[in-house]
Amino acid sequence: MLLYFVFVLGIGFALKRYMKTSKDFFQAGRALPAWICGLAFISANLGAQEVIGMGASGAKYGIATSHFYWIGAIPAMIFVGIFMMPFYYGSKARSVPEFLRMRFDEKTRALNACSFAVMTVFSSGISMYAMARLIQTLHVFDYIFISAGMPLGWIFHFSILLSAIIVLGYIFLGGLTSAIYNEVLQFFLIIAGFLPLVIIGLKNVGGISGLRASLPQAYMHSWQGMTHANTNPLGVEVFGLAMGLGFVLSFGYWCTDFLVIQTAMATDSEENARRVPLIAAIPKMFFPFLVILPGLLAIGAATPHVVTTTHTDASGAIIRETTVPTEVEAKGQGLVPAKTNPLTGKIVLDASGKPQLDYDLAIPSMLLHFFPTGILGLGLTALLASFMSGMAGNVTAFNTVWTYDLYQSYIKKGASDAHYLAMGRWATVGGILLSMMTAYVASGFNNIMDTLQLVFSFVNAPLFATFLLGMFWKRTTGNGAFIGLISGTVAAIAHHGLTLPLEAHPGIHGGWIAVLHHYPSDMAQNFWTAIWAFCINFGVTIVISLFGKPKPESELVGLVYSLTPKPDLGHVEWWKRPEALAVVLIVMVVGLNVIFR
Amino acid sequence: MNLDLRIPMGLMFTLVGLILTVFGAATMGNPMYAKSLDINANLDWGIVLLLFGGTMFLLGRAGQKKAEREPQKPMPEGTVRRGH
Repeated sequence: MLLYFVFVLGIGFALKRYMKTSKDFFQAGRALPAWICGLAFISANLGAQEVIGMGASGAKYGIATSHFYWIGAIPAMIFVGIFMMPFYYGSKARSVPEFLRMRFDEKTRALNACSFAVMTVFSSGISMYAMARLIQTLHVFDYIFISAGMPLGWIFHFSILLSAIIVLGYIFLGGLTSAIYNEVLQFFLIIAGFLPLVIIGLKNVGGISGLRASLPQAYMHSWQGMTHANTNPLGVEVFGLAMGLGFVLSFGYWCTDFLVIQTAMATDSEENARRVPLIAAIPKMFFPFLVILPGLLAIGAATPHVVTTTHTDASGAIIRETTVPTEVEAKGQGLVPAKTNPLTGKIVLDASGKPQLDYDLAIPSMLLHFFPTGILGLGLTALLASFMSGMAGNVTAFNTVWTYDLYQSYIKKGASDAHYLAMGRWATVGGILLSMMTAYVASGFNNIMDTLQLVFSFVNAPLFATFLLGMFWKRTTGNGAFIGLISGTVAAIAHHGLTLPLEAHPGIHGGWIAVLHHYPSDMAQNFWTAIWAFCINFGVTIVISLFGKPKPESELVGLVYSLTPKPDLGHVEWWKRPEALAVVLIVMVVGLNVIFR
Repeated sequence: MNLDLRIPMGLMFTLVGLILTVFGAATMGNPMYAKSLDINANLDWGIVLLLFGGTMFLLGRAGQKKAEREPQKPMPEGTVRRGH
């Protein structure tokens, strides 16, 4: 299996070398077909958070996780395509901080560059944690560690270090040139690795009806029980869901994450750039079946218990084999094992003394349980590919933001290109070191999606308010945006410090100032953190802006909606316009919500 | 001239499909398939990937040839088409 695995990776590397000869996507100017950019658009966020995190959330919160797609991502992508893309394509900004500098001023840019750097480090740290857990679960290094007499707990440190070294090598070998092509290849690779898993897993529980029978009813309905926070697994009510996830977090993510937005800029015209997110929304809509369903299947499968099988071999001898699951497996639910402390190997208990489940391992244990040698290699390669791109993309973004938006602008101006290039390399190393630290922070959660949304609610949620005001209200001033951003972030931190999810210990999960309020789940807490951050930022920015003097309109052309020329689509048939596609998408997404209500 | 993405992609999946198919055919009836509910997952999925890879490769080559026959009008670097 290992051989096969190395081989597939080898093909990947050989192909990449081949790819480098084709033009780099920025050099190629804006010339790629919309469908390629569309696939790259969703693939750019198809990191560990998507495959591991969505599977984990599927196991933890049930089919309600599909809200991340059906009321989260899809409407946000439609919004980006219809309203936001003309600004980005027209203003030619290459990063979020750059856009903020053009619209507001330097200090807003610096502040955002800092919080953006924090976000990228956390995102890549989360991928790193996921990769280390995968290495640990595969038990490939157990033998070496036992024979060297080292404690098994060190495997986690070793795995983190190993993933860091792999990523560093990947980036320095030029892993992100021709990024768009890699993203698309990876997109298909993940489908190729996961689709058979879904098929076999479904067959195992007896189809959709079998899955329905093996799970609590609430897990199979995305809307039932949403009227009150305590009657659904996600622990939010309709308002928190629609406002926190549907509006603030999703729109914030898809509108301001340039890792994703960039891919749409590689098309040849503004029309096509607007079409990219809309095209991307079609496969995105069906992703829950690929990434959330395995999580549900894992929790719905039978929990491993002592099994004795008897079979007669060729010589007629009767052979009896007994498989005893490990303690971790037996204390889990379905194929989701109990969470162990990655360092000590002890099972982690929640505040009420029950063993916590390690939802992050839902997908890896599904793969190991159902895939025989051979296709297992394919599945693991798909997983690793997603981790690599998750880490590499974020570390590279960190490098760019640090070198150009912070170092070149504020610390050392006017140095030679070679100096900045060297600085960029050191920034990559520094970014990876910081990611390693955040990977340890991520080990405190049992679902990386919870961790990730927590980071987003600190960074993206207040930022989205700034963007929205900046783009649609021309009176918004630089001071307003700056103070608004600070108060939004402070509000998020304060909210996190004052509330706690049920059954969690105060500390990293919140409540480190005082516990004023309990939320039913980590995710509910994240949604409300985002709502608070957004609202405080929105309010403060408006109030401060009203006291200040806005920028002259001539400086805001192309940056504010009312002052940006509207795209002229008179020559395009009505059914080819982005708006028509958007309506089709909305109908489809409402349909899916109705089917899985 | 940009390389049509479907060609390398098709090649990659054809190769992976081929390996899986051959491996699956060689290990037919192996007890390890008890894991995947007695389905020879390697053989079956290998064939699917082989077909997918082959189709992509052929489509890509057809597209490439078509693009070579009708050379694209070169656009000036950094041209932005915008309405008014």
